[in-house]
Amino acid sequence: STALLFFSGSMEPAFHRGDLLFLTNRIEDPIRVGEIVVFRIEGREIPIVHRVLKIHEKQNGDIKFLTKGDNNAVDDRGLYKRGQHWLEKKDVVGRARGFVPYIGIVTILMNDYPKFKYAVLFLLGLFVLVHRE
Amino acid sequence: LRKNVEDFTGPRERSDLGFITFDITADILNGKNGLQTLIFDWNVKQLFLYLSAEYSTKNNALNQVVLWDKIMLRGDNPRLFLKDMKSKYFFFDDGNGLKGNRNVTLTLSWNVVPNAGILPLVTGSGHVSVPFPDTYETTKSY
Repeated sequence: STALLFFSGSMEPAFHRGDLLFLTNRIEDPIRVGEIVVFRIEGREIPIVHRVLKIHEKQNGDIKFLTKGDNNAVDDRGLYKRGQHWLEKKDVVGRARGFVPYIGIVTILMNDYPKFKYAVLFLLGLFVLVHRE
Repeated sequence: LRKNVEDFTGPRERSDLGFITFDITADILNGKNGLQTLIFDWNVKQLFLYLSAEYSTKNNALNQVVLWDKIMLRGDNPRLFLKDMKSKYFFFDDGNGLKGNRNVTLTLSWNVVPNAGILPLVTGSGHVSVPFPDTYETTKSY
């Protein structure tokens, strides 16, 4: 399993920018509608985290499916490669199983514990200094 | 949980397109451990509800199509009383498997989105089978 930092608005109000998502990628897990999958479009680096809207699965397990972000008006066909109408198992990087509202927690901690806020700012300052080019 | 539907198929390009009108009456409850409790507990931020149609065709052993979805936020009344709803998304088959298909099952499910933690998918109890007619409608407006 892996974790991934989520930076899009397309799955609001479920997930927000800065949330940390926990994924599993068990190949045996069947892909079913309603599930939140993480997939990559061929030729693009950044994975997308959206919900499965439609599936058509053959007897032998070959499956093609369509996705859509909760907060988007239309399905993801416009995002897929030119000429690509469906996603396949090979495009799936993982399944979102849980999450932690990452930025939310950091903000809350910073508000409630000023020492924590100063520590964060100090560390950020160090980080910037060390990485200045 | 009750759903009532009326339907007909229409040919579009080369794939069957189904039209379904439905009513939904539902109480969303948490059925853990056989007890029914409130679904919106302290760690439930929202529910992503969706009505999906599941069926088999000659082309594909399993097809699932989401017809309608809704986000229910904590604070909303966990009851649905919807009438004469049309599907939000086009109900295209991958082929011509809707014509004469007597066994299309509609189920209401939801994804529980917590404030933090696991994201379970729950299927509601109760489902409805919808039979599609053997002929295509060519003139009905939707």
